[in-house]
Amino acid sequence: MGEELKVIVFKLGEEEYGIEVDKVQTIERMMPITRVPKTYSFVKGVINLRGVVIPVIDLRGRFGLPETEYTDQTRIIIVAVNEMEVGFIVDSANDVMDLNSDVIDSPPDVVGGIKAKYLHGVARISEERLLVMLNLSEVLNRSEIIQLESLED
Amino acid sequence: MDMNQYLSMFIDESNDHLQSLNENMLELEKAPDDIGIVQIIFRSAHTLKGMAATMGFEDLSSLTHQMENVLDLVRNEKLKMQDYIFDTLFKSLDALQMMVQDIMNGGDGKADVQSIVTSLQAIVRGEVPGGADSAASSQAAPAAETASTGIQLDEFQYSVLEQSITEGHKVLYIEVAIREDCQLKAARAYLVFDLLERYGEVVKSHPSVQEIEQEKFERSFSLYYITQKDAAELQSMIVNLSEIESAQVMPLDHETLNQLSSGVQEAAAAGTAEAPAAAAAPTDAKPEAPQTAAKAEAKTGARANGGAAPSRTIRVDIERLDVLMNLLSELLIDRSRLEQLAYEIKRSDLTETVEHMSRVGSDLQNIVLKLRMVPIDTVFSRFPRMVRDVAKSLDKKIDLVIVGAETELDRTVIDEIGDPLVHLLRNAVDHGIEPTAQRIAAGKPETGTVQLRAFHSGNHVFIEIEDDGGGIDRDKILNKALKNGIVTQSEAATMSDEQVYMLLFAAGFSTADVISDISGRGVGLDVVRSKIESLSGDVSVTSTLGKGTKFSVQLPLTLSIISAMLIKVGSEKYAIPLSSIVETGIIQRNQIRSVHGYTMVPYRDAHIPLMSLANLFEVADFDENVEEETEIVVIRKGERLAALTIEDFIGQSEIVIKNLGKYLPPVQGVAGATILGDGQVALIVDPNAFIK
Repeated sequence: MGEELKVIVFKLGEEEYGIEVDKVQTIERMMPITRVPKTYSFVKGVINLRGVVIPVIDLRGRFGLPETEYTDQTRIIIVAVNEMEVGFIVDSANDVMDLNSDVIDSPPDVVGGIKAKYLHGVARISEERLLVMLNLSEVLNRSEIIQLESLED
Repeated sequence: MDMNQYLSMFIDESNDHLQSLNENMLELEKAPDDIGIVQIIFRSAHTLKGMAATMGFEDLSSLTHQMENVLDLVRNEKLKMQDYIFDTLFKSLDALQMMVQDIMNGGDGKADVQSIVTSLQAIVRGEVPGGADSAASSQAAPAAETASTGIQLDEFQYSVLEQSITEGHKVLYIEVAIREDCQLKAARAYLVFDLLERYGEVVKSHPSVQEIEQEKFERSFSLYYITQKDAAELQSMIVNLSEIESAQVMPLDHETLNQLSSGVQEAAAAGTAEAPAAAAAPTDAKPEAPQTAAKAEAKTGARANGGAAPSRTIRVDIERLDVLMNLLSELLIDRSRLEQLAYEIKRSDLTETVEHMSRVGSDLQNIVLKLRMVPIDTVFSRFPRMVRDVAKSLDKKIDLVIVGAETELDRTVIDEIGDPLVHLLRNAVDHGIEPTAQRIAAGKPETGTVQLRAFHSGNHVFIEIEDDGGGIDRDKILNKALKNGIVTQSEAATMSDEQVYMLLFAAGFSTADVISDISGRGVGLDVVRSKIESLSGDVSVTSTLGKGTKFSVQLPLTLSIISAMLIKVGSEKYAIPLSSIVETGIIQRNQIRSVHGYTMVPYRDAHIPLMSLANLFEVADFDENVEEETEIVVIRKGERLAALTIEDFIGQSEIVIKNLGKYLPPVQGVAGATILGDGQVALIVDPNAFIK
């Protein structure tokens, strides 16, 4: 048996993703975002989280998915990795789940390419339910972002 | 007992004591005969020794102990301070500093100090190299021994008593006998101690206080006591306590004290009151140790900030203050929401409550801001020692004059400004002040003066370092700059003196071999400048050849709060620091000219570049080109001016600067962010980035 993990489950489109709960500081409803000029297109700007200014990333934009309108389901997940605090805008987040690390497989080949780097693995919860575990430090790796952008262009 | 929780306190206090030791040693070097300063140094060293021993740092306490032995001879005028002793003591201080540093870094504070200890011991034995006053010091050793082998008093207690007599306090030897039929001897004894402690200080009792508390005494006990009260008055007070049989109160002077402490105790026990009355001159000072210290410090003209002065402050981690500040800004944001609600609901009792809350909020904000302010003395205080050492190693005579050490600055600035100032001061001592021979030849006083000044001006703090040395040779610098390709010939021809001096801060001037070529200035001054600029400060130089040079450093009062103009561009709000705004105004479309492909507007007698903030920041919903009249902000970087077009002014405000978070790369033109009254984040414009 592997370790027990608690993960926050959130959705981008139809896909479900997971972040380990100890990396998550809080989950907030959508709030006013102040645009920051001349930064990556997926950085939506900065928010005021109880007196601390925190940059927010549209995770759809980060993963090259089409961006959508924000709804009242939209959430900002504040994560802290490598002393960086960043907010992820996701379509919805409403589940906490216990996982055993045994059910997490390495990223399947089909995902492939650069995207696979963001993935820590895929957790198989049931036959039809898969949870994509994010590799947060890669998602937040700025040099990687630059590389990604040049490939996307 | 878990010592760890005391460790940080120990470190803080040790640093304070070391600082005070350093300062007072420097004072003493100027006035080697001032026993008052020696007393202060002795006390600091003694406290340090005690603390180190308590914490189990043996090396630290034993080295301090050796220093104490030397100082003890000095203050008893059995040894004269001289260069060699100063050097050894300074060396000891350095070693102590290293040990404390080691403890700070998690070490055990052990160090090999054998050679220093040996020198210190040699000094105590009177073996001072270089023709010492050997007669005086050879007497010293036995005297010190007597004191330390006294039956009743240890060295320190003896010295406290002796010093108290010197300072005009009354030192009494008191012998109290309790009635034979007393049931609770310890309780009676406690009453006596309680009474005595109200009017003075019990230095030593026999049997010890613990023993008395446990009733481990016969019927009588004796003690040494410092007070302002009359012996007779005290005696009657003690006797008036119930179940006290008798009290003998005998005033002591130097001689009787010495006799008593060296074992002539029987005489005192027998109650011989024939000892000459102490020549107790009346004095205002209370007998408590800290106050005595304060008085002694005042007497020597030293600043009363040493470890011995009564402390009414606590130390707070700066991060906690930041948290407090964040919470407070949250509160202020809620406050403005409440104000809005109260305004809409229009109920007078609600409005009044909210108004009151607003005032409390503002007061709170002021207090929190003040908490972050620290006198610049905390930085300045380490310079006298440094200047002394540099001057000594260069064989120069230099007087460091510090003015305005009480000037307050934000803690974050204080933490950063030390290194640049060290650079500038070293520079002034090393290269500013000429060698002694050269000074004499130039008809100047042999001793050079370096002035270190701090003062407030507006929203800024200025720190000036001025020397009366040789000044900067403009031509030498220019030639060097030309040689290094920092300036071109045509540029050189039109440069003002000021601009030439600023070349010192160019990166190319900071290599070692350049230093000896030009009058020596340029030791990493580019680093100094970039550090100061990173603190949003500025540095400038003025100099008169042959008369001296002045470096002037301008710093913001605080890094966290600035005055800013809030402006609006489309739906977005920005803050522009007032310090870079020259003026605000309105221009007509037809005033805009194109010069060399740049957009310019007339300002005063000249044309200045016009830039659109909406363009620079890619604001989608504003375009000044459709406006007939446009608001502008004239901004400045040094001498250069430019105008920024904006949509509207919101107003002036004090803002708290926050960074954008570690994730975002630095954005050109954005100096940070702030949170507005409505909870929204507004970016702070960095106008410097727009003026090249």
